[in-house]
Amino acid sequence: MSLKYRSKYNNPKPKRKLTLWERVYLPEIARGMFTSIKHLFRPKFVRQYPEEKWDAPSSFRGRPVLVMEENGAERCVACGLCSRVCPPLAIEVQASETELLKERYPVRFEINMLRCIFCGFCEEVCPEEAIVMSKDYELTFRKYVDAIYGKDKLLTPKKDLKDRLEFLRQLRNS
Amino acid sequence: MIVEALIKIAIVLLVVLTAVSYMVLLERWISAWLQDRIGPNRVGPFGLLQPLADVLKLLLKEDIVPKASEHWYFWLAPVISITVAFSVLAIIPFGASIVLFGTSYTMAIASNINIGVLYIIAMTSVGVYGITLAGWSSGSKYSLLGGLRSSAQMISYELTLGLGLLSVIMLSGTLDLNAIIHSQINGGWNILRAPLGFLLFLISSFAETNRQPFDLPEAEPELVGGYHTEYSSMKWALFFLAEYANMITASAVMSVLFLGGWHIPFLDVSTMNPTVAGLVGVGAMALKMFGFIFFFMWVRWSIPRFRYDQLMDLGWKVLLPLGLLNIILTALEKTYLL
Repeated sequence: MSLKYRSKYNNPKPKRKLTLWERVYLPEIARGMFTSIKHLFRPKFVRQYPEEKWDAPSSFRGRPVLVMEENGAERCVACGLCSRVCPPLAIEVQASETELLKERYPVRFEINMLRCIFCGFCEEVCPEEAIVMSKDYELTFRKYVDAIYGKDKLLTPKKDLKDRLEFLRQLRNS
Repeated sequence: MIVEALIKIAIVLLVVLTAVSYMVLLERWISAWLQDRIGPNRVGPFGLLQPLADVLKLLLKEDIVPKASEHWYFWLAPVISITVAFSVLAIIPFGASIVLFGTSYTMAIASNINIGVLYIIAMTSVGVYGITLAGWSSGSKYSLLGGLRSSAQMISYELTLGLGLLSVIMLSGTLDLNAIIHSQINGGWNILRAPLGFLLFLISSFAETNRQPFDLPEAEPELVGGYHTEYSSMKWALFFLAEYANMITASAVMSVLFLGGWHIPFLDVSTMNPTVAGLVGVGAMALKMFGFIFFFMWVRWSIPRFRYDQLMDLGWKVLLPLGLLNIILTALEKTYLL
């Protein structure tokens, strides 16, 4: 039993016998060297990062942001679903009343960017399409408190998020 | 006479040290280009100031001497490595001769050594002591293994190196490097007259300089850093320097022995202004050396490292018999063809 097991999984494939041409070795080395020298003249794959930024596709899950309507108010109704679903507990919402039609709005909306794992659950769960993932992937902080993004940093005009909103609509319809 | 020699030494050391630091940059560029990357381009225009930054970094690093090491030999090892690497350059003729202000100067530090080839063989053999001592004196198992491998490898490939060289000596009948070049000017380059000898010499100089695919003494994946595992700061840099200086030396020796040194075929320099002719010769030599150095780097980023037993197999079972065959072939060629 154990022998059978061993023969099936532990034995490597039998080696192919090398031809004389391959055993002379030098021609194969020459072939390898030719292959590598070809790459000297190929276009390079490297992006010069800080100068040359990567343009993320609309499916990219970057920093989560709050959608801001044209009138300057956020779409968020402070239902707290995002904060509830957030696996690393990065979102904190404090609700209050407003004169607007939606009646509720978040007084405080904070995402701790050191906790955020960019899973996109908040965006998925949001009934109002109020929190979406942006294309921003450049996040640096010098202090711990700087990593807690409040409404001032999270609110983004709707027209900047057109790509993502369109993508989400397609995703839901499919 | 002494002043002349000292000035030559200063020039050669200066040029070689600069060349070494720029070879490191070149190596990084070539490795990048061969892997579809860009390579260093941040420090200065096109990254040309990178060597300066590297040197500064190395100088500012902490110099650690392990307690378990044999201090005296630990210090001595890099010194031996670098000294040997540079000392071979003393007899390399970088050009025919140059006429400056009406006086003719030879383009080698010690130009009239008539046992040049023997000196090269002797000095490269001493080079192994640097690495072996480093491996032994570090008091670390990885270093020791690297040192042991190095000595075994060097001894194995020195034979092939010598046999490859022997064909050159047989063809030109002299040990004097200048005379060897002149014999090539008259009778064609040695690479055409002894191609097998050139191949053997080329392969074993890869082993002698500890370059890929024969860099077993420092094989990173298995031996951490090999013989220089325990070295840091400038002592490590000296080993690094020695490796690249060895590459320069090997390139120079191969250019002189097999590619006719400063000689340019189909170009008659005797009709030219002697000063210009001298400079053209130096340029030709530099170009040949650059070709070899590029080849060294190209090979490094193309071919994987040999396993230790494969290395020994290749050295003793393949290259040594080929070397002996080469001697016979060269003898026949010398007797019947030339």
